[in-house]
Amino acid sequence: MIRPELVCPAGTPSAMRTAVDAGADAVYCGFQNATNARNFPGLNFTVPELERAVAHAHAGGTKVLLALNTFPPAGKVDLWKEAADTGARLGVDAFIVADIGVADYIARTHPDIRLHLSVQAAASTPESIRYYCREFNVKRVVLPRILTVPEIKLMADEIPCEIETFIFGNHGLMVEGRCSLTNYITGLSTNMDGVCSPAAQVEYIKDDAGNLSTRLGEYTIDCFSCNESAGYPTICKGRYLTPAHDGPYYAFEEPISLNLSTLLPDLMKAGVTALKIEGRQRSKAYVKSVVSAYRKAVDSIMAGQDPQISDLLALTEGQKETQGAFKSKTWR
Amino acid sequence: MLQQPTVARMQHTESKPAIAGFLQRRPRWAPPAPLFLLQPVLRRIVQRIAENNPDMFGRLGPHYRAVFVIDPVNLPFVMLLRPDPDDLMLVARRRDEMSEYDARISGSFLDLLMLVDGDLDGDALFFSRNLTITGNTEAVVCLRNALDDIDDSIAEEVADMFGRPGRAALTALRRMNEKRETQ
Ligand code: SF4
Repeated sequence: MIRPELVCPAGTPSAMRTAVDAGADAVYCGFQNATNARNFPGLNFTVPELERAVAHAHAGGTKVLLALNTFPPAGKVDLWKEAADTGARLGVDAFIVADIGVADYIARTHPDIRLHLSVQAAASTPESIRYYCREFNVKRVVLPRILTVPEIKLMADEIPCEIETFIFGNHGLMVEGRCSLTNYITGLSTNMDGVCSPAAQVEYIKDDAGNLSTRLGEYTIDCFSCNESAGYPTICKGRYLTPAHDGPYYAFEEPISLNLSTLLPDLMKAGVTALKIEGRQRSKAYVKSVVSAYRKAVDSIMAGQDPQISDLLALTEGQKETQGAFKSKTWR
Repeated sequence: MLQQPTVARMQHTESKPAIAGFLQRRPRWAPPAPLFLLQPVLRRIVQRIAENNPDMFGRLGPHYRAVFVIDPVNLPFVMLLRPDPDDLMLVARRRDEMSEYDARISGSFLDLLMLVDGDLDGDALFFSRNLTITGNTEAVVCLRNALDDIDDSIAEEVADMFGRPGRAALTALRRMNEKRETQ
C-alpha cells in the first residue's frame, strides 16, 4: 500500500502553519481574487504572504499546492496567467486547475511544475482523465464526489495519473464546476467568481422564539427551529416548499458533511494516493482538529494497526456526517 | 463544491465562568454593573491587540469602520467594537443603551473567548446554534478571518496585561472549556 499524501486546507497563513504543524503532507491555498474557488472576503493569501508561507511549508517538508481552479470569463484570462506566473516564481509545488485554457498555459509556460486537475473540472471517466493527462501532462486528478470506492479502484487501473479524493468536509451534491444555483440567485458565479452564496448577500434573521431564518438575496433558503442544528446558507442545502411535497423539505441535499474516516483503509487499497480535507474557509481550530485526526488515522493504517478515528461530528455541517456516494450511490 | 463561511457551539452545556457568575450574582436591588470601570481596560486591550497584530486590518477590507456588537449572552453587558486602526473602539454598553451597529455576534462568554483565542471553530458553533450572527454577514466573515489569522493567542496577550491574576484567570477559563468539551 502506498503511503497517501494528506492534503490540507489553508485559508490564511496562520491556518497554513497550523496544518503544517498538525502533520499535513501538502497544503492547498489560493490568492485573494477570483482565481480560486474560495474567493471569500478576508480569506486567502497576498503575494508576500504566500512567499513566506511557501518557505515555512517547505522548511517543514510540506508541499504547497496553489488552487487556480476557477474558469476565467472571456477577456479576463490574464488574471489566471499572472497568478500562475507568480505561483511559479514563489516555488509552489503544483497548480490545481479546472479550465483547459489555464491548464494549457501552465503546461506550456511552466512545464516543470506539476499540474493537478481540480474537482471543479468534474472529470469522472477514464476517457476524460486520460485526455487531460495526454494534452496537459496532468499528474493527479481530484475525483468528483460521485464515485463509489470500487469504481475508484477500477479507475485507478485505467488512468495514468495519481488519484486524490476528498475524505472530509463539505458535501455538495452538484456536478462540481457546473453548479449555477448561486449565479441564479445572486448574479455571481461559483465557477467564475469563486464564491458560492456571497456573504454580502447572506442574512440571518432570528425571531423572538429563537428560530433562525437564512436568506440569500431575496430568498429565504431555510428556517431552523430553536434547537435544530444549522447548515451553510447554500441553495443546495436549502429547505423548500413545493407542490410535489408535503411541507418544507431538502430538495437537493440536507446540511451534512463528508467523513470517510472508516473508509480510509479501503480507499488506500483502491489506489488513492492523496486524501483531501475540505475547508479553506474554516478556522485554524478546525484545521488543527481534522488534520491531526486524519494524520493519526493514516499513520496507524500504515503501521498495520486499526485506524484510530477521532470524533469529528461537532465540526460537521448540521452536525451530521455521511459517506456519500463513496459508500453507495443511493445515500439519500 | 463549497459554501459560505459563517460563524457560530459545540454540543455542550456551559458552566458559568467566574466573571459571569460574579456579575450575574449581583442582587436585584444593586446598581447596574459599573461599566465605567471597564472602559479604560477595554481601551487598553484593543490598543494592545492592534499594536501587536497590525497585519490583521488588511483582512477587514472595506469593513474596518463597521461597528460590531459582541454580545456575551450570559453577561449583563455587550461590547461595541470598531476595528478601525485610526479610530479604534471597544466599549461596554448595557443592552438597553445600544446605539446603531452593523453586525451582532452573540454567544456565551466562554464560547466567544475560545473563538477569539482560536480554540473553537466558528462554523461549528454556528451549526450547533451556540453562536448567532445578525446584520452585515460579510463584515462578520472579514472580522472572523482577520482574528483567525493571528498566530499568538489573543486571550494570552490580554491575560499578560494583568500579570499573574490575568494568567490565572485564563488558565481557569481554559480548564473550564476543556472540561465541558470532555463532558
Ligand atoms: S450551491 Fe451547493 S453544489 Fe452549488 S456550488 Fe454552492 S455548495 Fe456547491
